Amino acid sequence: MRPFAYERASTARSAVTAAGRSANAVYLGGGTNLVDLMRLGVVSPDMLVDVTRISDGTIHETPEGGLLIGAEMRNGDLAAHPLVRRRYPMLAEAVLSGASGQLRNMATVGGNLLQRTRCSYFQDITKPCNKRVPGSGCPARTGDHRNLAILGHSDSCVATHPSDMAVALAALGAVVHVEGPQGPRRVPMPGLHRLPGAEPERDTVLAPGDLITAVELPSLPFAARSRYLKVKDRASFSFAVVSVAAALDIAGGVVRDCRIALGAVAHVPWRAEAAEAALRGSPATEAEFARAAGAELAGARPLPLNRFKVPLARNVMIRVLADLVETR
Amino acid sequence: MVDTRETLLDTLRERLDLTGSKKGCDHGQCGACTVLVDGRRVKSCLTLTVTVDDRDITTVEGLARDGALHPLQKAFIEHDAFQCGYCTPGQLCSAAGMLAEAADGWPSVVTPGLGAGTRPAALDEEEIRERMSGNLCRCGAYPNIVAAIEQVAR
Amino acid sequence: MTTTTGTRYVGSALDRVDSLEKVTGQARYAYEYSPRDLVYAVPVQATIARGEIVDVAVDAVLKQPGVIAAIWHANAPRLAPCDDAELALLQSRRVAYRGQYIAVVVAETYEDAREAAGLLRVEYAQEEHDVVLRPDHPRMYRPDHVNPDLRADTERGDPDTALATAPVHVDATYSTPAEHHNPIEPHATVAVWDSEGLTLHDSTQGASALRRVVAPLFGMPPAQVRVISPYVGGGFGSKIDVHPHVVLAALAAKQVGRPVKLAVTRRQMFAVTGYRTPTVQRVRLGAERDGRLIAITHDAYEQSSTLAEFAEQAAAASRTMYAAPHRRTTHRLVRLDVPTPTYMRAPGEAPGMFALESAMDELAIACGVDPVELRVRNEPATDPDTGLPFSSRNLVACLREGARRFGWAARDPEPGTRRRGRLLVGTGVAASTYPVYRAPSSASARAEPDGWFTVRIAAADIGTGSRTILTQIAADALRTSPELVRMEIGDSALPKAPVAGGSMGSASWGTAVVRACEALMEELERRGGVVPPTGVESSADTTKEVREEAKFARHAYGAQFAEVGVDPDTGETRVLRLLGVFAAGRILNPKTARSQFIGGMTMGLSMALLEESIMDREFGDYLNRDLAQYHIAANADVRDIEAVWLEEEDPHLNPMGAKGIGEIGIVGTAAAVANAVHHATGIRIRDLPIRLDKLVR
Repeated sequence: MRPFAYERASTARSAVTAAGRSANAVYLGGGTNLVDLMRLGVVSPDMLVDVTRISDGTIHETPEGGLLIGAEMRNGDLAAHPLVRRRYPMLAEAVLSGASGQLRNMATVGGNLLQRTRCSYFQDITKPCNKRVPGSGCPARTGDHRNLAILGHSDSCVATHPSDMAVALAALGAVVHVEGPQGPRRVPMPGLHRLPGAEPERDTVLAPGDLITAVELPSLPFAARSRYLKVKDRASFSFAVVSVAAALDIAGGVVRDCRIALGAVAHVPWRAEAAEAALRGSPATEAEFARAAGAELAGARPLPLNRFKVPLARNVMIRVLADLVETR
Repeated sequence: MVDTRETLLDTLRERLDLTGSKKGCDHGQCGACTVLVDGRRVKSCLTLTVTVDDRDITTVEGLARDGALHPLQKAFIEHDAFQCGYCTPGQLCSAAGMLAEAADGWPSVVTPGLGAGTRPAALDEEEIRERMSGNLCRCGAYPNIVAAIEQVAR
Repeated sequence: MTTTTGTRYVGSALDRVDSLEKVTGQARYAYEYSPRDLVYAVPVQATIARGEIVDVAVDAVLKQPGVIAAIWHANAPRLAPCDDAELALLQSRRVAYRGQYIAVVVAETYEDAREAAGLLRVEYAQEEHDVVLRPDHPRMYRPDHVNPDLRADTERGDPDTALATAPVHVDATYSTPAEHHNPIEPHATVAVWDSEGLTLHDSTQGASALRRVVAPLFGMPPAQVRVISPYVGGGFGSKIDVHPHVVLAALAAKQVGRPVKLAVTRRQMFAVTGYRTPTVQRVRLGAERDGRLIAITHDAYEQSSTLAEFAEQAAAASRTMYAAPHRRTTHRLVRLDVPTPTYMRAPGEAPGMFALESAMDELAIACGVDPVELRVRNEPATDPDTGLPFSSRNLVACLREGARRFGWAARDPEPGTRRRGRLLVGTGVAASTYPVYRAPSSASARAEPDGWFTVRIAAADIGTGSRTILTQIAADALRTSPELVRMEIGDSALPKAPVAGGSMGSASWGTAVVRACEALMEELERRGGVVPPTGVESSADTTKEVREEAKFARHAYGAQFAEVGVDPDTGETRVLRLLGVFAAGRILNPKTARSQFIGGMTMGLSMALLEESIMDREFGDYLNRDLAQYHIAANADVRDIEAVWLEEEDPHLNPMGAKGIGEIGIVGTAAAVANAVHHATGIRIRDLPIRLDKLVR
C-alpha cells in the first residue's frame, strides 16, 4: 500500500473541498472494498477523505412519500430499518443476501454503489486488464469468465457489477444525490453505472471529486410486494451468479406495472426494460413471464463458459415473478 | 501515531500484542479478525486504525469479565465448537455481535416475512447458520458452533 | 503386543485441555511471537510460469522508507544442496512456476516491507509454459512409486478379457480439480538466529521433521535448529512438508542479522504451500448380472511440478475395497510448469473413492441392485491386494447401520421423481476407507515431586485434539487423572515424533506415550513409589515395536449417506442430510472424535459442491486465489450432519486399539453427494465440483 494522507470530513462540502486539494484523493466509506483494493495495489490514492461522519447516516421520509437514505448509512442499518422492510422489501432482501453480517455493518450505501468488479484479472495487478490499465487487454474473454457478463459487454471488458443492493435500487428507480466540485446534482438509477464500451475504466458517470451524499427512493406503493432472489454457488457469503429484483402491480390478473432488474449479468445493475415493457398490460401468467424473460435475454451474448447464465437468468426471472403472484 | 496504512487488526496484533484477533485472509473473506466496534461486529482487517481512534473496540480478550468466561466462551467449550482454534476468537466476537443484532430486531435473509415487524428475531438453527456465515471454519465445527450459540440465545 | 490395563479416561468425552486458551485468545500461533528487534519480510513472487530471472532492480527498492534488504539469487547466501528443489530458495535464476518465491524484501514495518516488495522490478527471459493436465499428455510417465510408498501399478488376473466378457459393464471417466487446503491460519514463520543456532516459530504439522529438513540447508546439525509450534491453526496436510517460506524466513534473518517475521498471505498460499493435484480417473467395472464384480480397473492421471515429484495414490483404494478376481490399477504423472502438489486430507482416498464409489453407483443402477446391497455382495474375505487377513473390517456393518438410521429401506431407486416443495430430492450412499498407519516415535514421562506428571513428545495438535487425547492416554497409563498430567507438545526440543499426518498421530504418538509411561511406572515401582526431589523420568522409542508388528491389512471403514435437494430452476444443490457411520477401532474421545468425523465430512461436502482451483492457461497460475473466489463450505452450507461409530475391538493395532480418524470423514462424501444428485435429477456429474452450471437447464 502506498502511503497516503487521511482526513475526516464533517460535511459533504468540506469533503469535496478536501478531495479537491489532492491529485488522487478517494472518499473512504466502510472500506470493505477500497481498503482491499489498496492492499491489492489496484488503487493507490494519495489521500483518503473519510466521509462516514458527515451526517447521522439514517433515513428520512420525503414529502413525495419516498425515502431519503444517507449515503453513509451502514448496510446493516439499512436492511433492518422498518420503513425499508415494509415499503421496499426487495431492498432489504438484496442487502441481506450480500456479503456477511460484519461487512454489512461496515459497508455504506454510497460505497456499495461504487463497488468495483470482482473479476480475477481486475484484482491481479500482475495481469492485463483494460479496466485497471486502459489498453492493456482483457484476458477474461479467452480465460475464465464463468461468472462474468452476458449482456452489454464490449470487446474491451466483460466484467460484472458485484453489488446486490444496486440491483434493487436500479429496479426501484432510485435517484442518487451527488455533491460535486460544481455543486449538488441528481443522477437517476439506472444511469449511475455505465456499460464498458471502449472505456471500461469508468464504472459510473460520476466525475472526479463527486461524492454520493444520499439515495432517494421514489414512492412506489406496489414495491411493498417485491422480491430479490439471488443464485449463488455457496449457500451464503457469496457473490451472485445471477440475481433478480422484481416488483409487480397486478389488478384483475393483469400486470398494471412492474419493476425488474438483473444482477451479475452485466457491467451495470441491469434494468430489464424490455421485459417490463413486454409485461405491462399482459396477463400475470407463467407463459407471459417466460415471454418477457425471453424478450430481455434475446440480446444476451454469452461467452463459452457462461452460456448457462442465459437459461439461469430466464428461470430466475420467471420464478420471482411467479412467486410475487402467489404471495398476493 | 500510527501509519495511516495500518489496519486495526495489525495495530492490535503487532503494536498492542493483542494477538487474539486473527489474520486468516486479510481481505475480509474469512471472519477470523472479527471484533466489536461500538458493539457492532466488523472485520478489523479492513478497518483502518485511524478511522476508529475514538471508538470502543472489544476483542476476544475483552469478552471475559472479571475473570468469568462469557457465556459464549463456556458454550463453545461445552459443545466442542472449535478444533484448531484459529477462527474461534472471530466466531466468538461475531456471535456476540450477532446476538445483539437479533436482540435489536434485525432480520436476516432467511427470516420469514422479512418485511414485517421489528421484534427481537427468534434464532433457530437456520437463522444462526445464515447469520454466522461470515466466519469460515475449515475444521468444520459449524454444527457445534450453532449448538453453542443456540444454547446461549435461549 | 500388550495393551494398557484399565481405561478410565481413554474413551471419555473430556473437554479439550487447551480449550480455555483457545476461547480467550491466549493460545499463541506462530506469527504471534514477537522477539525484540524484529523486522518484517515480504516475499516476491514470479510473474512468469517458466523462464529465467535476468535482473532484479534491488537498488531502487533499498531507497524506500524502512527497507533493510532486498535479497534475490544474485545477493543471497548459498544454501547447502538439498533433495527438495522447492527449498533451494534464491539459489537459481530459473523460474519453475508462476508465484514461486524469487526474492524477499525486509523492512522495519510490515507496511513498508509490503509496499517495497510490490515495487521491486524483475526482468525475466520468459519461456513458453505448459500448465494443463490432460491424460493424453505426451510426457505422461509411470512414477517409481506413489505416496506414501506404494507400487505405481498393480495387476491380478486378466482384467481386459474379463471386462470384455462381463455381462454388465461400467466404463466411466471422472475428474477432480486442484484443491487448496486453506487452513484458516495461513503459514507463517518467525526466524531467530543466535549463538546457539536457529529458532523457528512455525505453523507446522511436525516440528521434528521440519528441523531435520531445515538444519542441513544451513549446514547445521538438527540439534542447532529449534522449532516451536504449540498451536497450529489447521493444516490438512499443507503443513507437513517444509514449504519455501520457512527457508526464506531463515535465510532473510541470517542475512539481516535480526529476527524476521514472515507471513504467507492467503493469495500466496495458492502457489507456495501445496495443493491436491487435479486428477482424471478412468474406472472400469465388469460384473455378473447380480452385481458381483469380475473385474476392476482404475487408471489415474495426475500432475506434479518440474521441481519435485508428488505422486498421489488415487487408485490405491480400489486395490482393497472390493473382491474381484481380475484387477488392475495404474498411476501416471506429468511434470508441468505448476506449483508442487502435496498431501491434502486423505490424499489418494479422497479423489480416488469419488471415482470408485461413483462407478459403483453406476453399476448398481446398471444391475438393478440396491447400492448398499451391491457393496455387501462384493465384500472380500481377505485383502484382495495383498492376500493378508484384515485386522478388522466392518464396512458391511457400517452400511447396514447407516441404512437403518438413514431410513434407506424405503428408497425408490428411480431417479428424478421426488419433490419437496420446489426441490428435486435424492439420496445416495458411498463407502469410506482409510489405511491404518503407525510410525516410530519417542516420548518421555516424568514424575514430579509435587504429584504431577510431565509427558513430553514433539507431537502436533493441529485441531485434531491430540493434546487432549495424549493426556487421556497418559493419565490411564500412569493411573492418575488428566488434571495431574502436563502434556508438552509442539516443540522440536521434545522427544522426536512423526508428523501429524496419515491419520496416524494417536497410534504413533500414543504408543510412545504409553511405553514411556509404562517405563516410568516400572521405575517408580522399583523405587517403592518414592519420587526424589529432582523427579524421575523415563523415555521410550517405539521403532522396534512398530517395525516388528504382525502382518495384517489394517484399514478403517465407513459408510456415508447423503440427501440432497436440487433446485431445478437454478441448479443449486444443497446437502439436506449427511450421515456417516464409521468403524475405526476404539474411539479415544467421543467428543473430539465426533468433531473430527464431522469436520472431514464437511470438507467432503465442500469438495463435492464448491472447491476448485482454476488454472489460468494463459498466465499459468491458479486464478481464484482468495476465499471469496475459492469457496469453502460456510456455516449455511452445513445443515443436518451427523457422525456415529460402531464399537470395534481390534487387537492388532496399537496399545490403544485405535485406528486414525482424521481423514476417513472426507473419503466417500463427494461420491455420496454425487450419487444423491443423480438420484434427485437423473444427471450424473462425473467432474467435481457439482456446481449449478452443470445442472441448470
